[in-house]
Amino acid sequence: MGLLDFFLGQKSSTASIAKERLQILVSHERAERNRPPKPDWLPKLQKELLDVVRRYVAVEQDAITVRMEQDENRDILELNIVLPDPAKNPPAPEPAPLRAQKTSRPRQKR
Amino acid sequence: MARIIVVTSGKGGVGKTTTSAAFSMGLAQQGHRTAVIDFDVGLRNLDLIMGCERRVVYDFVNVINDEASINQALIKDKRCENLFILPASQTRDKDALSKEGVGRVLEELSKQFEYIVCDSPAGIERGATLAMYYADDAIVVTNPEVSSVRDSDRMLGILASKSRRAETNQEPIKEYLLLTRYAPKRVKLGEMLSVKDVQEILSLHLLGVIPESPAVLTASNSGQPVILDEKSDAGLAYRDVVRRYLGEEVSYRFVEEEKKGLLGRLFRGG
Repeated sequence: MGLLDFFLGQKSSTASIAKERLQILVSHERAERNRPPKPDWLPKLQKELLDVVRRYVAVEQDAITVRMEQDENRDILELNIVLPDPAKNPPAPEPAPLRAQKTSRPRQKR
Repeated sequence: MARIIVVTSGKGGVGKTTTSAAFSMGLAQQGHRTAVIDFDVGLRNLDLIMGCERRVVYDFVNVINDEASINQALIKDKRCENLFILPASQTRDKDALSKEGVGRVLEELSKQFEYIVCDSPAGIERGATLAMYYADDAIVVTNPEVSSVRDSDRMLGILASKSRRAETNQEPIKEYLLLTRYAPKRVKLGEMLSVKDVQEILSLHLLGVIPESPAVLTASNSGQPVILDEKSDAGLAYRDVVRRYLGEEVSYRFVEEEKKGLLGRLFRGG
């Protein structure tokens, strides 16, 4: 037994691989679970923003992403609009792609 | 008022029914009036492990539907007078269990029992979520194996959010880890997660460690909860689990590889 341990000692065991995989997975899944649910107005906001942007620029349906994120003391609303390539299109008001506003506000107590 | 304990795991085949049978028998042997309920509607097996499969007349669903009284459906154990079994129904109707119906039966049982052990089915379907909904304590049965540990963690998430205690803002369900099918020899060789590893990952209070043991199969073959096999390691380990649950300080056995004498070491080689 002692001899076997000596030879196997330095090799990383499958148990330690299992432990490492599980630690990563479990912490990830716990973070996912504890994340508060997305506000239900997010899809509507996304749609209306798309409508407004489209009045000025011909953007694709999926050109806008709206994400809600939270850190310790605030909610962050991240808005990302990808404008079409100016080479292929008539001049757009801004060079593309453009990373648009990021707004934040203090977290409201719920 | 009875204490309601759910035996759960998420993953199947880790030892929930074996544990429910042994644990409820252990509580009853310690003098506590105990009922054990099979929540695995459609695939009942607790009756078989308890050795009372031929005495089933009415079941859990009959009681919920008012087709039988609770006392007509409860099967009194022949080995221990404090123990009663409420078998699951064989119906294929998935909606046979309702939250309200289960609540009613548990309330009824609470009047005459000290402990109610709920044997949860595998998975996260209705039977499993209802088995844990009314629980005060949860025994999370886990094998030292990746998929079982992950599923246990998912069950912890559900216990924390979808139980009566969570929904009514009461003190949360007390969660205990029960590690089963543990092989100290393989742990030592680095082939199996150790007790410490699993505890670190799940950060749960350890209720006990049940060693991988041939006694579990021989016990189920004959319909005897393994805790009745006083000569077996698994039986003794379950005995410790019950004592620990009841608040006794009991040291952990079967966690380390059995110490062999000098002769044993010489003859084992390698």
